[in-house]
Amino acid sequence: MQDLSAHIMDIAQNSIRANATRVEIDVDERDTLAITIRDNGEGMNEETAKRVTDPFFTSRATRRVGLGIPLLVQNAEATGGSVTIRSSPGQGTTVVALFTRSHLDCPPAGDIPGTIVLLAAANPGVEVRYRHATGKGEYSFNSTEAREFLGEVPLDDPEIVAALREMIAENIKEIQTQ
Amino acid sequence: MEKIKTLADLKRIKENVQAKIELRERSERPGELVQVKVAMATCGIAAGSKETMNYFIDHLDKNGIRAVVTQTGCMGYCYAEPTVEISKPGKEPIVFGGVTPARAEEIIQRYLKNDELVEGIIPVNYRSV
Ligand SMILES: Nc1ncnc2c1ncn2[C@@H]1O[C@H](COP(=O)(O)OP(=O)(O)O)[C@@H](O)[C@H]1O
Ligand SMILES: [Mg+2]
Repeated sequence: MQDLSAHIMDIAQNSIRANATRVEIDVDERDTLAITIRDNGEGMNEETAKRVTDPFFTSRATRRVGLGIPLLVQNAEATGGSVTIRSSPGQGTTVVALFTRSHLDCPPAGDIPGTIVLLAAANPGVEVRYRHATGKGEYSFNSTEAREFLGEVPLDDPEIVAALREMIAENIKEIQTQ
Repeated sequence: MEKIKTLADLKRIKENVQAKIELRERSERPGELVQVKVAMATCGIAAGSKETMNYFIDHLDKNGIRAVVTQTGCMGYCYAEPTVEISKPGKEPIVFGGVTPARAEEIIQRYLKNDELVEGIIPVNYRSV
């Protein structure tokens, strides 16, 4: 994965596939960089949750390796960080990835605002929440609120997608510390 | 242009889009949408499927093609990512492999606008849902 936004998109796809109706993405830069992806999907039993960091585990039928979580683990650990997964059947899943930002191997952020909007636009039945906190402040976005504001206008209209991406990016720029 | 910082700042854009949609509804038959599904699993994302999806969203509209662009899971063609399944109205879906933004442009200009076949079609017996 070339950047953190690609990991976010990928881990969130697991939530979508687990039939989540709510996916929350938290980026917290106040201490070490923490990315949390929390869903209310089907969850996993203990055995499955333990095995997901193994690249040869997947519940897919289309191929025999599941690389999403192992790649996240590899990238986080390369910076001295870690990945924790909490899950239980019927309760949903929380994935927390810690990265040491100052580490040379820490991937760049990438287009996080664009990723959040694509996720919201492509999954109309899912509430996408995003919160970003830095030492300077906090910003949050909620796709349900955006849809309510838009009314009949679809969130996946290209002009709306572009405008929402810009809105999120402007707010993140404002709380950026360097 | 003024900066967009809150949903309220989107009001003008929202109204423009609404007007655009109303105009379109009066002038076109409904149900003539092109469906574009971008495979968004690990290998697709690593190969740039996010950029491909953004490209389709922007450029279908710019070319006046009415389409819905959505995500789908792994289609099983890791070697050919980013993969995209395209269904034109009244036609069988076609899966294209290696769809970089440049290839997406080619698909828009040749397959979607002119009904020409382009390279990179993956013969499928698998159909996404
Ligand atoms: N949020 C989640 N909810 C339920 N199951 C999950 C979730 N995330 C991962 N899993 C399980 O872990 C497996 C491995 O995930 P991953 O490493 O991303 O590979 P892949 O998605 O390609 O299978 C999935 O196939 C699924 O069974
Ligand atoms: Mg996955």
